[in-house]
Amino acid sequence: MSVLSIEDLTYTYPNTQACALDNVSLNIEEGEFVLITGATGAGKTTLCRCMLGLIPHFFGGEMSGNVVILGNNTLDTQPSRLAAKVGMVFQNPEDQLIAMSVEEELAFGPENLGLPRDEIDKRIDEALNLVKINELRDRSPYELSSGQQQKVAIAAILAMRPEILILDEPTSMINPKSAVEIIEFLNALNKEEGVTTIITEHRLDSLVAFVDKIVILDRGTIWETGSPQEILSSDELLGIGISVPRIVQLANHMRKAGYKIESLPLTIEEAASIFRRL
Amino acid sequence: MPYISVSDLHFSYPNYTHALQGVDLDIDLGEFIAIMGENGAGKTTLVKHFNGLLKPQTGNVIVDGADTRKVTVAQLSKNVGYVFQNPLYQLFSETVGKELELGLRSMNFSDQEKKDRIDEVLIALGIERFRDRHPLMLSEGERKSVAIASVLVMDPKVLIVDEPTLALDLLEKKRLSNVLTRLHGEGRSIILVTHDVDFAFDHSERIVTMSRGKILADGPKEDVVNDNTLFDKAGLVEPQLFQLLKHFELSGVHTSDFSVKSVFQDIVKHTKKGEG
Repeated sequence: MSVLSIEDLTYTYPNTQACALDNVSLNIEEGEFVLITGATGAGKTTLCRCMLGLIPHFFGGEMSGNVVILGNNTLDTQPSRLAAKVGMVFQNPEDQLIAMSVEEELAFGPENLGLPRDEIDKRIDEALNLVKINELRDRSPYELSSGQQQKVAIAAILAMRPEILILDEPTSMINPKSAVEIIEFLNALNKEEGVTTIITEHRLDSLVAFVDKIVILDRGTIWETGSPQEILSSDELLGIGISVPRIVQLANHMRKAGYKIESLPLTIEEAASIFRRL
Repeated sequence: MPYISVSDLHFSYPNYTHALQGVDLDIDLGEFIAIMGENGAGKTTLVKHFNGLLKPQTGNVIVDGADTRKVTVAQLSKNVGYVFQNPLYQLFSETVGKELELGLRSMNFSDQEKKDRIDEVLIALGIERFRDRHPLMLSEGERKSVAIASVLVMDPKVLIVDEPTLALDLLEKKRLSNVLTRLHGEGRSIILVTHDVDFAFDHSERIVTMSRGKILADGPKEDVVNDNTLFDKAGLVEPQLFQLLKHFELSGVHTSDFSVKSVFQDIVKHTKKGEG
């Protein structure tokens, strides 16, 4: 079942000439884990804003085409009406942190859903544990490092238990080990709870092994959509600014040198076992 | 004598004690050093002491022979330039050209000297075409170059770049890499604060890892990466191709070049084709 359908979407921000998205069409099925990547300025963030209806309701500008999310056409749905079902983690955590303590920050979403107090407490504990930030509970979000703020922003969205998660470069400022843990956690949430997950990222190393589909954006258009195996074997990705994981680059390099590599390694273990057999 | 010398440095913020808990570190001119570690480890707090934005609460920071408590940030700006993680924190002017003039205002240069310096830096970074553009209208990567330029006009001996690759795509990273390599080649020290392990290993010679206000490891990158526990404790993940080589070189990885080309040669040695 399709949970998000984008048809012929073209969008231009107010007071600009060039369009940020040009005739983009994309379909996402329930339970899919989708990675959207592309060079800076390719339109990743703009596309996320369209999914939630922040474009056009909040940003204005000129939009044509349709975005239908969970059966709602964004043109006639206010983003706030989607908040209970679609959670979005913004690129810059400062854009979404509002409370005076991390605990209050995490309570804000569930309180607005009208949940009872004990359920709210349960969700706060759960979210703090999931992102491993228990020790930040009483700190002010504003005095945290940007990576810690990003973790708080993710936890705040998880406390809402959305059906669809949209994360715009959610780990860009987070230290590598925690970033891997968060990606692994998102993968578990996706595989076990079936939460449809849409993530934009530059750092692909730990993501490619988990996602069902990769969407490559290039200057506002969809350059290609496909499985990690299909997409990552292309030579041209580096040229359009995509940070192809180095184990994949290495495998592509070996293919060119005449080594027979049937499927690309997406994890270190796969790479070691493939190269050992050569 | 090291150019920057930090001894027993402690620092606490009003609501957060122990941001730094006894840091000792020496940095020489001409070094390319990466400071890495988990969020909140104290990396930025530490480097802000190098240009006097923060003053030691206990312990000492000596830069070019002077105690940073006794010199102003303006005086130190000729020694140490600091490029913020978010370029928006340091770009204030309507045009890139004016932004660069701002840094020179406090220095005693003639108009001609100012112009020459600005020209030189814009050309060196390949951003002359942005001279009359508004910094806010540039892309993230372009803004990063402008932020570096605004610090470079003061010709500092040491350049600190805080998370410079954040939000940069591969092509922008390549340009940044060229700029840093060039500045290092001119004899400057480059201090890279980063989570980007591949970028750190591609460029730096020495790696310092931090956790909870302390230095965990400090040494040549090949030593630091081979010490498993220290890397993990600092919240880092080893470069992918290092992890791969570990599967083949069980006695320890003896290279510190984790580029695709170099590791390709290493792996070929371990394949049957390579042996034959």
